[in-house]
Amino acid sequence: MHSDRKNAAVIRFEEDFRKARATQRVQFVLSAMIFVTVVYVSADISQLSAERLWKAFPRMGDYIHRTLPELTLTHFFEDIAYWYYGFWRWLQLLFDTLLIAALATIFGAAGGMALCFPASRNLVKSYWIYFLCRRFAEISRTVPEVVYALIFVVAFGVGPMAGLFAIIIHSVGALAKLYSEVNENVDERPLEALKSSGANWFQVIRFGVLPQVLPHMTTYTLWRLELNIRAAAIIGFVGAGGIGQELYHAISFNYYEDISAIVLMIVMTVTLIDLVCERLRHRIIGEENLR
Amino acid sequence: MSLRKEAARAEHMAGLKAAYPRAFGLSLSQKIRLTAIWAAFFTVLFFSLDYLGVGFTRIWNGLDRMGIIAGGLFPPRSGGAFPELMGALMESVAMAFLGTLMASLVAMVLCFSGARNILPARILRFSFRRSFDFLRGVDSLVWALVYVRAVGLGPLAGVLAIATSDVGTLSKLYAEAIESADKKQIDAIRAGGGNRLEVIRFGIIPQILPVMLTNALYMFESNTRSATILGIVGAGGIGFQLSDRIRAHRWDEVSFIIIMIVGAVFVIDMISRFLRAKLIHAGKRQVL
Repeated sequence: MHSDRKNAAVIRFEEDFRKARATQRVQFVLSAMIFVTVVYVSADISQLSAERLWKAFPRMGDYIHRTLPELTLTHFFEDIAYWYYGFWRWLQLLFDTLLIAALATIFGAAGGMALCFPASRNLVKSYWIYFLCRRFAEISRTVPEVVYALIFVVAFGVGPMAGLFAIIIHSVGALAKLYSEVNENVDERPLEALKSSGANWFQVIRFGVLPQVLPHMTTYTLWRLELNIRAAAIIGFVGAGGIGQELYHAISFNYYEDISAIVLMIVMTVTLIDLVCERLRHRIIGEENLR
Repeated sequence: MSLRKEAARAEHMAGLKAAYPRAFGLSLSQKIRLTAIWAAFFTVLFFSLDYLGVGFTRIWNGLDRMGIIAGGLFPPRSGGAFPELMGALMESVAMAFLGTLMASLVAMVLCFSGARNILPARILRFSFRRSFDFLRGVDSLVWALVYVRAVGLGPLAGVLAIATSDVGTLSKLYAEAIESADKKQIDAIRAGGGNRLEVIRFGIIPQILPVMLTNALYMFESNTRSATILGIVGAGGIGFQLSDRIRAHRWDEVSFIIIMIVGAVFVIDMISRFLRAKLIHAGKRQVL
Protein backbone atom coordinates (compact mmCIF):
# COMPACT_ATOMS: atom_id res chain seq x y z
CA MET A 1 0.00 0.00 0.00
CA HIS A 2 2.62 2.43 1.15
CA SER A 3 5.05 1.51 -1.61
CA ASP A 4 2.21 1.67 -4.17
CA ARG A 5 1.48 5.28 -3.26
CA LYS A 6 5.12 6.16 -3.45
CA ASN A 7 5.36 4.50 -6.80
CA ALA A 8 2.40 6.50 -8.05
CA ALA A 9 4.06 9.69 -6.83
CA VAL A 10 7.32 8.75 -8.45
CA ILE A 11 5.59 7.90 -11.70
CA ARG A 12 3.73 11.19 -11.66
CA PHE A 13 6.94 13.05 -10.92
CA GLU A 14 8.78 11.33 -13.72
CA GLU A 15 5.97 12.08 -16.13
CA ASP A 16 5.96 15.73 -15.12
CA PHE A 17 9.71 15.85 -15.33
CA ARG A 18 9.65 14.35 -18.81
CA LYS A 19 7.03 16.85 -19.90
CA ALA A 20 8.99 19.76 -18.45
CA ARG A 21 12.14 18.54 -20.16
CA ALA A 22 10.31 18.15 -23.45
CA THR A 23 8.87 21.67 -23.37
CA GLN A 24 12.27 23.00 -22.31
CA ARG A 25 13.89 21.23 -25.23
CA VAL A 26 11.32 22.59 -27.68
CA GLN A 27 11.82 26.08 -26.25
CA PHE A 28 15.57 25.72 -26.53
CA VAL A 29 15.45 24.54 -30.13
CA LEU A 30 13.01 27.29 -31.05
CA SER A 31 15.03 30.08 -29.45
CA ALA A 32 18.23 28.68 -30.95
CA MET A 33 16.60 28.75 -34.37
CA ILE A 34 15.43 32.33 -33.90
CA PHE A 35 18.87 33.30 -32.67
CA VAL A 36 20.67 31.72 -35.61
CA THR A 37 18.24 33.36 -38.05
CA VAL A 38 18.81 36.77 -36.46
CA VAL A 39 22.57 36.28 -36.61
CA TYR A 40 22.35 35.22 -40.24
CA VAL A 41 20.11 38.14 -41.25
CA SER A 42 22.28 40.64 -39.35
CA ALA A 43 25.42 39.30 -40.99
CA ASP A 44 23.70 39.56 -44.35
CA ILE A 45 22.58 43.16 -43.73
CA SER A 46 25.98 44.32 -42.56
CA GLN A 47 27.82 42.37 -45.27
CA LEU A 48 29.83 40.54 -42.68
CA SER A 49 31.37 37.22 -43.60
CA ALA A 50 33.93 35.00 -41.91
CA GLU A 51 36.28 35.67 -44.79
CA ARG A 52 36.06 39.47 -44.48
CA LEU A 53 36.40 39.23 -40.73
CA TRP A 54 39.44 37.01 -41.10
CA LYS A 55 41.06 39.49 -43.43
CA ALA A 56 40.33 42.41 -41.11
CA PHE A 57 42.37 41.15 -38.17
CA PRO A 58 45.86 41.24 -39.69
CA ARG A 59 45.13 44.70 -41.08
CA MET A 60 44.09 45.87 -37.65
CA GLY A 61 47.20 44.37 -36.11
CA ASP A 62 49.31 46.12 -38.70
CA TYR A 63 47.55 49.43 -37.99
CA ILE A 64 48.05 49.18 -34.25
CA HIS A 65 51.67 48.21 -34.79
CA ARG A 66 52.19 51.40 -36.79
CA THR A 67 50.74 53.60 -34.07
CA LEU A 68 53.20 52.29 -31.51
CA PRO A 69 56.15 54.62 -30.94
CA GLU A 70 59.73 53.50 -31.33
CA LEU A 71 61.15 53.43 -27.85
CA THR A 72 64.71 52.38 -27.20
CA LEU A 73 66.33 51.95 -23.83
CA THR A 74 69.44 53.90 -24.78
CA HIS A 75 67.54 57.03 -25.86
CA PHE A 76 64.44 56.46 -23.76
CA PHE A 77 63.72 60.05 -22.74
CA GLU A 78 64.56 61.47 -26.17
CA ASP A 79 62.17 58.93 -27.69
CA ILE A 80 59.42 59.89 -25.27
CA ALA A 81 60.01 63.56 -26.01
CA TYR A 82 59.84 62.83 -29.75
CA TRP A 83 56.64 60.81 -29.31
CA TYR A 84 55.03 63.53 -27.22
CA TYR A 85 56.34 66.46 -29.26
CA GLY A 86 52.93 68.14 -29.04
CA PHE A 87 52.48 67.48 -25.33
CA TRP A 88 51.77 71.05 -24.23
CA ARG A 89 49.27 71.72 -27.02
CA TRP A 90 47.52 68.42 -26.33
CA LEU A 91 47.49 69.20 -22.63
CA GLN A 92 45.75 72.48 -23.33
CA LEU A 93 43.21 70.76 -25.56
CA LEU A 94 42.65 68.19 -22.85
CA PHE A 95 42.09 71.04 -20.40
CA ASP A 96 39.51 72.50 -22.82
CA THR A 97 37.83 69.11 -22.97
CA LEU A 98 37.67 68.82 -19.18
CA LEU A 99 36.37 72.38 -18.93
CA ILE A 100 33.62 71.65 -21.46
CA ALA A 101 32.66 68.54 -19.50
CA ALA A 102 32.69 70.35 -16.14
CA LEU A 103 30.66 73.32 -17.38
CA ALA A 104 28.21 71.02 -19.14
CA THR A 105 27.79 69.07 -15.91
CA ILE A 106 27.19 72.25 -13.89
CA PHE A 107 24.61 73.62 -16.33
CA GLY A 108 23.16 70.16 -16.85
CA ALA A 109 22.74 69.73 -13.11
CA ALA A 110 21.14 73.17 -12.80
CA GLY A 111 18.75 72.42 -15.66
CA GLY A 112 18.05 68.96 -14.34
CA MET A 113 17.28 70.41 -10.90
CA ALA A 114 14.87 72.91 -12.40
CA LEU A 115 13.15 70.23 -14.45
CA CYS A 116 13.13 67.31 -12.02
CA PHE A 117 10.61 68.63 -9.46
CA PRO A 118 7.80 69.28 -11.94
CA ALA A 119 8.71 65.92 -13.51
CA SER A 120 8.04 64.00 -10.28
CA ARG A 121 4.58 62.49 -10.02
CA ASN A 122 4.36 62.94 -6.25
CA LEU A 123 5.28 66.64 -6.28
CA VAL A 124 2.94 68.12 -8.91
CA LYS A 125 -0.84 68.02 -9.01
CA SER A 126 -1.23 68.75 -12.70
CA TYR A 127 -0.71 65.66 -14.81
CA TRP A 128 0.04 67.81 -17.85
CA ILE A 129 2.99 69.60 -16.30
CA TYR A 130 4.40 66.25 -15.21
CA PHE A 131 3.79 64.71 -18.62
CA LEU A 132 5.37 67.62 -20.55
CA CYS A 133 8.45 67.78 -18.32
CA ARG A 134 8.95 64.01 -18.52
CA ARG A 135 8.64 63.95 -22.31
CA PHE A 136 10.96 66.93 -22.67
CA ALA A 137 13.59 65.16 -20.57
CA GLU A 138 13.09 61.98 -22.57
CA ILE A 139 13.54 63.69 -25.93
CA SER A 140 16.62 65.57 -24.86
CA ARG A 141 18.37 62.49 -23.53
CA THR A 142 17.45 60.02 -26.30
CA VAL A 143 19.25 61.95 -29.03
CA PRO A 144 23.02 61.35 -28.72
CA GLU A 145 25.34 64.27 -27.93
CA VAL A 146 27.10 63.95 -31.27
CA VAL A 147 23.86 64.56 -33.17
CA TYR A 148 23.16 67.71 -31.16
CA ALA A 149 26.76 68.74 -31.74
CA LEU A 150 26.36 68.32 -35.50
CA ILE A 151 23.26 70.54 -35.46
CA PHE A 152 24.78 73.14 -33.11
CA VAL A 153 27.93 73.38 -35.20
CA VAL A 154 25.69 74.57 -38.01
CA ALA A 155 23.88 77.03 -35.73
CA PHE A 156 26.69 78.36 -33.52
CA GLY A 157 29.69 77.71 -35.72
CA VAL A 158 32.69 75.44 -35.25
CA GLY A 159 34.13 75.56 -31.72
CA PRO A 160 33.68 74.46 -28.13
CA MET A 161 30.41 76.38 -27.71
CA ALA A 162 28.50 73.94 -29.93
CA GLY A 163 29.92 70.99 -28.02
CA LEU A 164 29.14 72.58 -24.69
CA PHE A 165 25.50 73.18 -25.61
CA ALA A 166 25.16 69.68 -27.05
CA ILE A 167 26.39 68.03 -23.87
CA ILE A 168 24.29 70.37 -21.70
CA ILE A 169 21.05 69.40 -23.47
CA HIS A 170 21.80 65.71 -23.19
CA SER A 171 22.81 66.06 -19.52
CA VAL A 172 19.70 68.04 -18.61
CA GLY A 173 17.51 65.23 -19.95
CA ALA A 174 19.50 62.42 -18.38
CA LEU A 175 19.84 64.10 -14.99
CA ALA A 176 16.21 65.27 -14.85
CA LYS A 177 15.12 61.67 -15.27
CA LEU A 178 17.46 60.32 -12.59
CA TYR A 179 16.73 63.17 -10.16
CA SER A 180 12.97 62.84 -10.55
CA GLU A 181 13.17 59.11 -9.88
CA VAL A 182 14.94 59.94 -6.62
CA ASN A 183 12.25 62.53 -5.84
CA GLU A 184 9.52 59.99 -6.35
CA ASN A 185 11.03 57.72 -3.71
CA VAL A 186 11.21 60.47 -1.11
CA ASP A 187 9.72 60.07 2.40
CA GLU A 188 6.38 61.90 2.31
CA ARG A 189 6.10 62.65 6.04
CA PRO A 190 8.38 65.72 6.14
CA LEU A 191 6.47 67.12 3.15
CA GLU A 192 3.16 66.66 4.98
CA ALA A 193 4.59 68.35 8.06
CA LEU A 194 5.74 71.36 6.05
CA LYS A 195 2.47 71.62 4.16
CA SER A 196 0.44 71.51 7.37
CA SER A 197 2.51 74.34 8.85
CA GLY A 198 1.71 76.52 5.83
CA ALA A 199 4.74 76.14 3.57
CA ASN A 200 4.26 76.91 -0.12
CA TRP A 201 5.42 74.60 -2.94
CA PHE A 202 8.93 76.05 -3.13
CA GLN A 203 9.40 75.81 0.61
CA VAL A 204 8.24 72.20 0.60
CA ILE A 205 10.79 71.43 -2.11
CA ARG A 206 13.58 73.38 -0.41
CA PHE A 207 13.13 72.12 3.15
CA GLY A 208 11.28 68.82 2.59
CA VAL A 209 12.57 67.22 -0.58
CA LEU A 210 16.01 68.69 -1.15
CA PRO A 211 17.65 67.57 2.12
CA GLN A 212 16.50 64.02 1.41
CA VAL A 213 17.59 63.79 -2.21
CA LEU A 214 20.79 65.86 -2.28
CA PRO A 215 23.22 62.97 -1.60
CA HIS A 216 21.72 60.87 -4.40
CA MET A 217 21.72 63.87 -6.72
CA THR A 218 25.40 64.46 -6.00
CA THR A 219 26.35 60.87 -6.81
CA TYR A 220 24.37 60.96 -10.04
CA THR A 221 25.98 64.27 -10.97
CA LEU A 222 29.48 62.88 -10.41
CA TRP A 223 28.58 59.89 -12.56
CA ARG A 224 27.34 62.26 -15.23
CA LEU A 225 30.64 64.14 -15.07
CA GLU A 226 32.48 60.93 -15.96
CA LEU A 227 30.20 60.34 -18.94
CA ASN A 228 30.45 63.97 -20.03
CA ILE A 229 34.25 63.82 -20.10
CA ARG A 230 34.04 60.86 -22.47
CA ALA A 231 31.52 62.74 -24.60
CA ALA A 232 33.60 65.93 -24.60
CA ALA A 233 36.63 63.97 -25.77
CA ILE A 234 34.89 62.80 -28.96
CA ILE A 235 32.65 65.77 -29.65
CA GLY A 236 35.55 67.35 -31.55
CA PHE A 237 35.09 64.72 -34.28
CA VAL A 238 32.31 66.88 -35.69
CA GLY A 239 34.13 70.15 -35.01
CA ALA A 240 32.68 70.98 -31.62
CA GLY A 241 35.90 71.67 -29.71
CA GLY A 242 38.16 69.78 -27.36
CA ILE A 243 40.86 67.21 -28.03
CA GLY A 244 38.62 65.15 -30.33
CA GLN A 245 39.36 67.44 -33.24
CA GLU A 246 43.09 66.84 -32.89
CA LEU A 247 42.53 63.09 -32.65
CA TYR A 248 40.28 63.18 -35.70
CA HIS A 249 43.00 64.91 -37.70
CA ALA A 250 45.67 62.50 -36.48
CA ILE A 251 43.57 59.49 -37.53
CA SER A 252 42.38 61.01 -40.82
CA PHE A 253 45.85 62.02 -41.96
CA ASN A 254 47.54 58.87 -40.61
CA TYR A 255 49.83 60.57 -38.07
CA TYR A 256 50.18 57.15 -36.50
CA GLU A 257 52.28 57.94 -33.45
CA ASP A 258 50.16 60.96 -32.58
CA ILE A 259 47.12 58.69 -32.38
CA SER A 260 48.61 56.49 -29.68
CA ALA A 261 49.98 59.52 -27.80
CA ILE A 262 46.62 61.36 -27.73
CA VAL A 263 44.55 58.25 -27.01
CA LEU A 264 46.85 57.34 -24.14
CA MET A 265 46.49 60.84 -22.68
CA ILE A 266 42.70 60.72 -22.93
CA VAL A 267 42.41 57.24 -21.43
CA MET A 268 44.71 58.09 -18.55
CA THR A 269 42.79 61.25 -17.74
CA VAL A 270 39.43 59.51 -17.98
CA THR A 271 40.62 56.67 -15.75
CA LEU A 272 42.06 59.06 -13.19
CA ILE A 273 38.87 61.09 -12.97
CA ASP A 274 36.76 57.93 -12.80
CA LEU A 275 38.81 56.80 -9.82
CA VAL A 276 38.46 60.15 -8.03
CA CYS A 277 34.71 60.25 -8.71
CA GLU A 278 34.31 56.68 -7.48
CA ARG A 279 36.06 57.57 -4.22
CA LEU A 280 33.84 60.62 -3.79
CA ARG A 281 30.70 58.66 -4.56
CA HIS A 282 31.59 55.96 -2.07
CA ARG A 283 32.28 58.61 0.55
CA ILE A 284 28.93 60.29 -0.05
CA ILE A 285 27.03 57.01 -0.03
CA GLY A 286 29.02 55.90 3.02
CA GLU A 287 28.04 59.00 4.96
CA GLU A 288 24.48 58.46 3.85
CA ASN A 289 24.50 54.95 5.30
CA LEU A 290 26.06 56.05 8.56
CA ARG A 291 23.25 58.49 9.26
CA MET B 1 3.00 90.57 35.79
CA SER B 2 2.88 90.60 32.02
CA LEU B 3 6.17 92.45 31.94
CA ARG B 4 7.78 89.65 33.89
CA LYS B 5 6.22 87.10 31.56
CA GLU B 6 7.64 88.96 28.55
CA ALA B 7 11.09 89.05 30.10
CA ALA B 8 10.91 85.33 30.85
CA ARG B 9 9.93 84.63 27.26
CA ALA B 10 12.78 86.76 25.92
CA GLU B 11 15.19 84.93 28.19
CA HIS B 12 13.79 81.60 27.03
CA MET B 13 14.23 82.58 23.39
CA ALA B 14 17.80 83.76 24.03
CA GLY B 15 18.52 80.41 25.62
CA LEU B 16 17.08 78.55 22.63
CA LYS B 17 19.11 80.72 20.28
CA ALA B 18 22.27 79.91 22.15
CA ALA B 19 21.45 76.19 22.19
CA TYR B 20 20.29 75.83 18.58
CA PRO B 21 21.93 78.62 16.55
CA ARG B 22 21.31 76.93 13.20
CA ALA B 23 17.52 76.95 13.63
CA PHE B 24 17.53 80.78 13.62
CA GLY B 25 19.22 81.41 10.28
CA LEU B 26 22.85 81.98 9.42
CA SER B 27 25.17 84.22 11.40
CA LEU B 28 26.74 87.24 9.73
CA SER B 29 30.13 85.58 9.17
CA GLN B 30 28.45 82.52 7.66
CA LYS B 31 26.43 84.74 5.35
CA ILE B 32 29.56 86.54 4.21
CA ARG B 33 31.39 83.28 3.62
CA LEU B 34 28.47 81.86 1.63
CA THR B 35 28.23 85.00 -0.51
CA ALA B 36 31.97 84.88 -1.14
CA ILE B 37 31.81 81.23 -2.22
CA TRP B 38 28.96 81.91 -4.64
CA ALA B 39 30.72 85.01 -5.97
CA ALA B 40 33.91 83.03 -6.57
CA PHE B 41 31.90 80.26 -8.24
CA PHE B 42 30.20 82.66 -10.62
CA THR B 43 33.45 84.46 -11.40
CA VAL B 44 35.16 81.19 -12.33
CA LEU B 45 32.10 80.17 -14.33
CA PHE B 46 32.10 83.47 -16.20
CA PHE B 47 35.79 83.32 -17.06
CA SER B 48 35.53 79.65 -18.11
CA LEU B 49 32.69 80.46 -20.47
CA ASP B 50 34.65 83.39 -21.81
CA TYR B 51 37.69 81.15 -22.30
CA LEU B 52 35.62 78.72 -24.36
CA GLY B 53 34.39 81.60 -26.51
CA VAL B 54 30.82 81.57 -25.22
CA GLY B 55 29.53 85.12 -25.49
CA PHE B 56 26.14 86.76 -25.60
CA THR B 57 26.52 88.01 -29.16
CA ARG B 58 27.50 84.56 -30.39
CA ILE B 59 24.61 82.96 -28.54
CA TRP B 60 22.22 85.60 -29.88
CA ASN B 61 23.35 85.12 -33.48
CA GLY B 62 23.28 81.37 -33.04
CA LEU B 63 19.76 81.45 -31.62
CA ASP B 64 18.68 83.23 -34.75
CA ARG B 65 19.96 80.37 -36.90
CA MET B 66 18.71 77.87 -34.34
CA GLY B 67 15.22 79.29 -34.82
CA ILE B 68 15.45 78.70 -38.56
CA ILE B 69 16.63 75.14 -37.95
CA ALA B 70 13.87 74.45 -35.39
CA GLY B 71 11.32 75.79 -37.85
CA GLY B 72 12.72 73.56 -40.57
CA LEU B 73 12.49 70.44 -38.41
CA PHE B 74 8.69 70.41 -38.71
CA PRO B 75 6.97 68.71 -40.32
CA PRO B 76 9.29 65.70 -40.61
CA ARG B 77 9.59 64.39 -44.16
CA SER B 78 11.33 61.31 -45.51
CA GLY B 79 12.30 63.06 -48.76
CA GLY B 80 11.21 59.96 -50.68
CA ALA B 81 14.07 57.92 -49.27
CA PHE B 82 12.18 55.87 -46.70
CA PRO B 83 13.29 52.42 -47.96
CA GLU B 84 16.91 53.57 -48.03
CA LEU B 85 16.66 55.04 -44.52
CA MET B 86 14.93 51.92 -43.19
CA GLY B 87 17.70 49.80 -44.66
CA ALA B 88 20.34 51.98 -43.01
CA LEU B 89 18.50 51.80 -39.69
CA MET B 90 18.36 48.00 -39.93
CA GLU B 91 22.06 48.07 -40.70
CA SER B 92 22.66 50.01 -37.46
CA VAL B 93 20.64 47.50 -35.44
CA ALA B 94 22.43 44.59 -37.13
CA MET B 95 25.80 46.20 -36.37
CA ALA B 96 24.84 46.60 -32.71
CA PHE B 97 23.64 42.99 -32.53
CA LEU B 98 26.70 41.44 -34.17
CA GLY B 99 29.09 43.70 -32.27
CA THR B 100 27.54 42.77 -28.94
CA LEU B 101 27.49 39.07 -29.89
CA MET B 102 31.16 39.06 -30.87
CA ALA B 103 32.12 41.04 -27.78
CA SER B 104 30.25 38.75 -25.41
CA LEU B 105 31.75 35.62 -26.98
CA VAL B 106 35.27 37.04 -26.63
CA ALA B 107 34.53 38.39 -23.15
CA MET B 108 33.23 34.99 -21.98
CA VAL B 109 36.73 33.64 -22.58
CA LEU B 110 38.74 36.68 -21.49
CA CYS B 111 36.80 37.45 -18.31
CA PHE B 112 38.30 34.50 -16.43
CA SER B 113 41.72 36.11 -16.69
CA GLY B 114 40.45 39.18 -14.85
CA ALA B 115 38.85 37.36 -11.92
CA ARG B 116 40.71 37.01 -8.65
CA ASN B 117 39.36 33.55 -7.79
CA ILE B 118 40.44 32.12 -11.17
CA LEU B 119 43.72 33.90 -11.79
CA PRO B 120 45.40 34.58 -8.46
CA ALA B 121 48.60 35.88 -10.11
CA ARG B 122 48.36 39.53 -9.24
CA ILE B 123 50.52 41.12 -11.95
CA LEU B 124 48.92 39.12 -14.75
CA ARG B 125 45.42 39.87 -13.53
CA PHE B 126 46.26 43.53 -13.11
CA SER B 127 47.54 43.82 -16.68
CA PHE B 128 44.44 42.07 -18.04
CA ARG B 129 42.21 44.38 -16.04
CA ARG B 130 44.05 47.47 -17.28
CA SER B 131 43.75 46.24 -20.88
CA PHE B 132 40.00 45.91 -20.39
CA ASP B 133 39.97 49.47 -19.03
CA PHE B 134 41.87 50.66 -22.07
CA LEU B 135 39.49 49.02 -24.56
CA ARG B 136 36.56 50.44 -22.61
CA GLY B 137 38.10 53.87 -22.12
CA VAL B 138 38.42 54.54 -25.85
CA ASP B 139 35.02 55.52 -27.20
CA SER B 140 33.44 53.35 -29.88
CA LEU B 141 33.43 56.38 -32.21
CA VAL B 142 37.25 56.52 -31.97
CA TRP B 143 37.50 52.79 -32.61
CA ALA B 144 35.14 53.22 -35.56
CA LEU B 145 37.36 55.87 -37.12
CA VAL B 146 40.43 53.69 -36.58
CA TYR B 147 38.71 50.66 -38.13
CA VAL B 148 37.56 52.74 -41.07
CA ARG B 149 41.19 53.59 -41.76
CA ALA B 150 42.31 50.00 -41.15
CA VAL B 151 39.63 47.87 -42.85
CA GLY B 152 37.79 50.39 -45.02
CA LEU B 153 34.43 52.15 -45.01
CA GLY B 154 31.29 50.23 -44.21
CA PRO B 155 29.43 48.33 -41.51
CA LEU B 156 32.32 45.93 -40.86
CA ALA B 157 34.25 48.79 -39.25
CA GLY B 158 31.20 49.58 -37.11
CA VAL B 159 30.74 45.99 -35.96
CA LEU B 160 34.40 45.73 -35.02
CA ALA B 161 34.34 49.10 -33.25
CA ILE B 162 31.36 48.11 -31.11
CA ALA B 163 32.89 44.71 -30.42
CA THR B 164 36.26 46.18 -29.41
CA SER B 165 34.98 48.69 -26.89
CA ASP B 166 32.48 46.16 -25.52
CA VAL B 167 35.05 43.45 -25.00
CA GLY B 168 36.51 45.76 -22.36
CA THR B 169 33.19 46.56 -20.69
CA LEU B 170 31.77 43.04 -20.74
CA SER B 171 35.02 41.37 -19.64
CA LYS B 172 35.12 43.68 -16.65
CA LEU B 173 31.47 43.06 -15.75
CA TYR B 174 31.78 39.30 -16.24
CA ALA B 175 34.99 39.17 -14.20
CA GLU B 176 33.19 40.97 -11.37
CA ALA B 177 30.31 38.49 -11.66
CA ILE B 178 32.77 35.59 -11.37
CA GLU B 179 34.41 37.16 -8.34
CA SER B 180 31.06 37.49 -6.60
CA ALA B 181 30.02 33.91 -7.45
CA ASP B 182 29.03 31.77 -4.48
CA LYS B 183 32.10 29.93 -3.19
CA LYS B 184 30.14 26.99 -1.81
CA GLN B 185 29.31 25.53 -5.21
CA ILE B 186 32.92 25.90 -6.31
CA ASP B 187 34.13 24.14 -3.17
CA ALA B 188 31.59 21.36 -3.70
CA ILE B 189 32.87 20.62 -7.20
CA ARG B 190 36.44 20.76 -5.98
CA ALA B 191 35.63 18.43 -3.06
CA GLY B 192 34.01 16.02 -5.51
CA GLY B 193 37.33 15.79 -7.35
CA GLY B 194 36.64 18.26 -10.16
CA ASN B 195 39.64 19.74 -11.93
CA ARG B 196 40.06 23.41 -12.77
CA LEU B 197 38.03 23.24 -15.97
CA GLU B 198 35.23 21.30 -14.30
CA VAL B 199 35.11 23.82 -11.47
CA ILE B 200 34.58 26.57 -14.02
CA ARG B 201 32.07 24.60 -16.08
CA PHE B 202 29.90 23.24 -13.25
CA GLY B 203 30.72 25.52 -10.32
CA ILE B 204 30.89 29.00 -11.87
CA ILE B 205 29.20 29.12 -15.27
CA PRO B 206 25.72 28.08 -14.08
CA GLN B 207 25.89 30.91 -11.54
CA ILE B 208 27.05 33.67 -13.86
CA LEU B 209 25.29 32.77 -17.11
CA PRO B 210 22.11 34.77 -16.32
CA VAL B 211 24.26 37.75 -15.27
CA MET B 212 26.23 37.46 -18.49
CA LEU B 213 23.11 37.36 -20.63
CA THR B 214 21.38 40.29 -18.92
CA ASN B 215 24.54 42.38 -19.19
CA ALA B 216 24.91 41.47 -22.86
CA LEU B 217 21.32 42.56 -23.43
CA TYR B 218 21.97 45.85 -21.63
CA MET B 219 24.97 46.42 -23.86
CA PHE B 220 22.88 45.61 -26.93
CA GLU B 221 20.48 48.38 -25.89
CA SER B 222 23.20 50.96 -25.43
CA ASN B 223 25.00 49.78 -28.58
CA THR B 224 21.89 50.39 -30.65
CA ARG B 225 22.21 54.02 -29.61
CA SER B 226 25.90 54.21 -30.48
CA ALA B 227 25.47 52.26 -33.73
CA THR B 228 23.18 55.00 -34.98
CA ILE B 229 25.99 57.56 -34.81
CA LEU B 230 28.97 55.50 -36.00
CA GLY B 231 27.98 56.28 -39.59
CA ILE B 232 29.10 59.87 -39.00
CA VAL B 233 32.69 58.68 -39.43
CA GLY B 234 31.74 56.27 -42.23
CA ALA B 235 31.38 53.06 -40.24
CA GLY B 236 27.97 52.06 -41.60
CA GLY B 237 24.43 52.55 -40.39
CA ILE B 238 22.01 55.45 -40.39
CA GLY B 239 24.50 57.94 -38.91
CA PHE B 240 25.87 58.56 -42.37
CA GLN B 241 22.46 59.60 -43.72
CA LEU B 242 21.90 61.75 -40.62
CA SER B 243 25.16 63.68 -40.85
CA ASP B 244 24.71 63.97 -44.60
CA ARG B 245 21.26 65.58 -44.17
CA ILE B 246 22.53 67.89 -41.43
CA ARG B 247 25.42 69.09 -43.59
CA ALA B 248 23.00 69.68 -46.46
CA HIS B 249 20.64 71.61 -44.10
CA ARG B 250 17.68 69.36 -45.00
CA TRP B 251 16.12 69.77 -41.56
CA ASP B 252 12.78 68.08 -42.26
CA GLU B 253 14.63 64.89 -43.20
CA VAL B 254 16.90 65.27 -40.16
CA SER B 255 13.90 65.24 -37.83
CA PHE B 256 12.46 62.27 -39.72
CA ILE B 257 15.67 60.30 -39.20
CA ILE B 258 15.87 61.28 -35.52
CA ILE B 259 12.29 60.09 -35.01
CA MET B 260 13.17 56.80 -36.73
CA ILE B 261 16.20 56.36 -34.46
CA VAL B 262 14.19 57.12 -31.32
CA GLY B 263 11.53 54.64 -32.43
CA ALA B 264 14.10 51.92 -33.11
CA VAL B 265 15.80 52.50 -29.75
CA PHE B 266 12.39 52.29 -28.07
CA VAL B 267 11.53 48.98 -29.77
CA ILE B 268 14.93 47.46 -28.97
CA ASP B 269 14.60 48.56 -25.33
CA MET B 270 11.19 46.86 -25.14
CA ILE B 271 12.47 43.59 -26.63
CA SER B 272 15.52 43.63 -24.40
CA ARG B 273 13.44 44.37 -21.29
CA PHE B 274 11.12 41.48 -22.16
CA LEU B 275 14.02 39.07 -22.64
CA ARG B 276 15.73 40.22 -19.47
CA ALA B 277 12.56 39.74 -17.43
CA LYS B 278 12.28 36.24 -18.90
CA LEU B 279 15.90 35.43 -18.09
CA ILE B 280 15.65 36.66 -14.53
CA HIS B 281 12.42 34.71 -14.12
CA ALA B 282 14.06 31.57 -15.52
CA GLY B 283 17.00 32.03 -13.17
CA LYS B 284 14.68 32.30 -10.18
CA ARG B 285 12.77 29.19 -11.16
CA GLN B 286 16.00 27.25 -11.37
CA VAL B 287 16.94 28.23 -7.84
CA LEU B 288 13.58 27.04 -6.52
